[in-house]
Amino acid sequence: MAASTTAPTASTASSSPMAFFLQGETGRNTRGLLRLIILCTIAAAAVASRLFSVIRFESIIHEFDPWFNFRATKYLVNHGFYAFWDWFDDRTWHPLGRVTGGTLYPGLMVTSGSIYHLLRFLTLPVDIRNICVLLAPACSGLTAFASYLFTSEMSDSPSAGLLAAIFMGIAPGYISRSVAGSYDNEAIAIFLLVFTFYLWIKAVKVGSIMWGALTALFYGYMVSAWGGYVFITNLLPLHAFVLICMGRFSPRLYVSYTTWYALGTLASMQIPFVGFLPIRSSDHMAALGVFGLTQLVGAAEYLRSQLPSKQFQTVIRSAVLLIFVVAFGGLVLLTVSGVVAPWSGRFYSLWDTGYAKIHIPIIASVSEHQPTAWPAFFFDLNMLIWLFPAGVYMCFRKLKDEQVFIVIYAVLASYFAGVMVRLMLTLTPVVCVAAAMALSQILDTFLVASAPTENDADTKQANGTPAGANGSIADKLSSALPDTLRSTKSPLVGIYSYLSKSLITGAITSYLLLFVLHCTWVTSNAYSSPSVVLASRLPDGSQHIIDDYREAYYWLRQNTEPTAKVMSWWDYGYQIGGMADRPTLVDNNTWNNTHIATVGKAMSSREEVSYPIMKQHEVDYVLVVFGGLLGYSGDDINKFLWMVRIAEGIWPDEVKERDFFTQRGEYRVDDQATPTMRNSLMYKMSYYNYNSLFPAGQAMDRVRGSKLPADGPQLSTVEEAFTSENWIIRIYKVKDFDNLGRNHQDATAFEKGNKRKKTSAKRRGARVLRVD
Amino acid sequence: MPPKKAQPSPSAIPASAAKPTHAISTASSQPTKTPNKPVAATTATPSIRNAQDIQQIGTAVWNNYVEKTAQRTKLLDAFMAFLIVVAGLQFLYCLLAGNYPFNAFLSGFSATIGQFVLTASLRMQTNPENQAEFETISHERAFADFVFGSMILHFFCVNFIN
Repeated sequence: MAASTTAPTASTASSSPMAFFLQGETGRNTRGLLRLIILCTIAAAAVASRLFSVIRFESIIHEFDPWFNFRATKYLVNHGFYAFWDWFDDRTWHPLGRVTGGTLYPGLMVTSGSIYHLLRFLTLPVDIRNICVLLAPACSGLTAFASYLFTSEMSDSPSAGLLAAIFMGIAPGYISRSVAGSYDNEAIAIFLLVFTFYLWIKAVKVGSIMWGALTALFYGYMVSAWGGYVFITNLLPLHAFVLICMGRFSPRLYVSYTTWYALGTLASMQIPFVGFLPIRSSDHMAALGVFGLTQLVGAAEYLRSQLPSKQFQTVIRSAVLLIFVVAFGGLVLLTVSGVVAPWSGRFYSLWDTGYAKIHIPIIASVSEHQPTAWPAFFFDLNMLIWLFPAGVYMCFRKLKDEQVFIVIYAVLASYFAGVMVRLMLTLTPVVCVAAAMALSQILDTFLVASAPTENDADTKQANGTPAGANGSIADKLSSALPDTLRSTKSPLVGIYSYLSKSLITGAITSYLLLFVLHCTWVTSNAYSSPSVVLASRLPDGSQHIIDDYREAYYWLRQNTEPTAKVMSWWDYGYQIGGMADRPTLVDNNTWNNTHIATVGKAMSSREEVSYPIMKQHEVDYVLVVFGGLLGYSGDDINKFLWMVRIAEGIWPDEVKERDFFTQRGEYRVDDQATPTMRNSLMYKMSYYNYNSLFPAGQAMDRVRGSKLPADGPQLSTVEEAFTSENWIIRIYKVKDFDNLGRNHQDATAFEKGNKRKKTSAKRRGARVLRVD
Repeated sequence: MPPKKAQPSPSAIPASAAKPTHAISTASSQPTKTPNKPVAATTATPSIRNAQDIQQIGTAVWNNYVEKTAQRTKLLDAFMAFLIVVAGLQFLYCLLAGNYPFNAFLSGFSATIGQFVLTASLRMQTNPENQAEFETISHERAFADFVFGSMILHFFCVNFIN
């Protein structure tokens, strides 16, 4: 972290006129060298602050989605690129399967795959897991560099870029998605986002095809890496559109925009998952419309140079407007007639935050799609959030083409970040850039400005003499008024004394130090947990690792058939696929709502209803997450209502959310719980045998904080197979059909008397059946 | 010669065909605006001021274009016109015969559009009137950029064509 604090001070020192060797040609070299060293230390700081989780736990893939990416990367490395491209995965979404190669963004996997092969080529055999774990921190170093370039295009100040780089390097809003082990698409996507923006600004400034083509190339890379590329797809046209509306159309804009669009669209269509979307879906139509508009405006401008006439411009404008309206009407018509796909559901939920909750519960159920809470802004961006408006104001003061971009970006990203938690990620770069601009303005003002002494006096004299010569009234006035008033006529604006300078600089430095402290604290405490491995503190302060997830997944891996199908809620699908290597019914790639609803129905119905469903889907094991013993709040009972809601969306007659609430509308698990709740498979599997841990009648659920009924639930169609150390994961085996043709309730009732003998007999029977 | 009339500004065929009609209609329907015209119309042929139909304006623009445009630029313009014709033919084929190999149609169509755009950019960058806009870009640099962009474009097209 020391490197981060030196960054602003060193950069400002390099611009201060004190050191004599910092002038002329040598000075430029020294400054360039210093800047390079500072950037390298910033990148090192950015990487270092993301390694908490590796040091504290181990080099492990985090959370949910990264497990799929990791699995896909391993597949890519083992089977080669073409097999990966055509990958049909029959181990997920049983029995449907998933066309994985055509439904993922391959950029991340291909990146780490090529790094892997490059290192192998250099005879450095690095495990693919370590590459995946450390890819995000490495990219964050590049992001810091990219934001340096981006900001340097925005501001003339030498320190703005460096400040932006360090802000970007350690801002928690970005760290939240790029700690070591968070092997997700965002890891490289943010770097690509910032770098694409930099190239775009460069293209608009220079007006060169090369920069435009590079923008398109990196845009294509971004498309291959993250679904959030739609943000660029709409932001760049918006920038161009605003510039045209401001009357700032220039050949430079034409060159950069049309080059970007023509090449970028083709590049994006190379990705199978995107395919024809750029010409079919409404999300991409703005870019196409602005492309057409640019052509028209370009043509009109050319014609105007041929036909110089004053009315011509207004005529052209109205014609352009007319064509725009016609094109828009045509688009609407095409959308209505179904040629162009309408906006996607996630898009609607951006404008109407209640939309997803009503229409698509599966989107609303994801916690990172929830609206952002206000403290989150301060938590993730700290002091940057109050420097941000100042930076945007700076952009207004010097409103060139590139500043317009920042303003648009700031407005859009602030809105989106307010709507969806995870879009905080797209806000962070612009906040860092704007804040760096504001801060560098302050630093430049207070560090560089020297007092204008003699020059100022001269102008005063010059002002004074003509006033005296002009006339007697003015003379009288000036003689009547004391000197103090004359000084107010041309006041010395600015603060030039060393005391005030050092005061401001000291305050800024302490703010920066506080910022570093905050970032480190947030990173260490909030964003460095792998969530696969949990950490807790024992009473004596030592750390205790809770490793139930891996324990359970390895149990699955070692004790079940490789083809045993595991049913769980979709959150754990990727982890089961990645860690246990077992086929799953649903996973985090929520492409089939009905299939998820089927699982939701199986979980939320009575055993007699669930059993046929599970049998039809050839489920062998059911996995539930239960945090009642440990007080782990992210468990399935807390997620249960989403299962009910999603199932209700498909079978409104069979699953009703209301039945899971008591008469008074409470969601309870104790003896007040509704019969529907207590008979649901999920409830039974969560609390089965749980009261045997406690003295009679003392069973407590520590998450819900409620006392459980004295006699626990009875299971007949599934049997407990495994429960992890802290009961977080419970795995049940689905019983086979009874070989006497009874239903399972009768069978269990019959077996109550001589249990042992019967079960062993039944098991043997089942095995024989399976061999056949 | 109706096809040639479109040629003065191939970059603007839809617009150039539409714009003069507007100019004429406003000029004829709103006589208050006509006094402004003689001042501005000095560089263009005087027939524009008196022109009451597209024919005359078209010929005036055409003459102006033939006189003032450099030979190299005309070459570029011819190429752009050719691209537009090819794109139009492809689109017509798509409408008439269906878009069955959609990849092939798309890559062919976007190859022409992309090449058109790149050529238009090259034309803009080498236009002496735009010298102020492109200070850093020499003509050689502009051509090198053009080749770079075209190579990327055709790489993607060939990759996409199936």
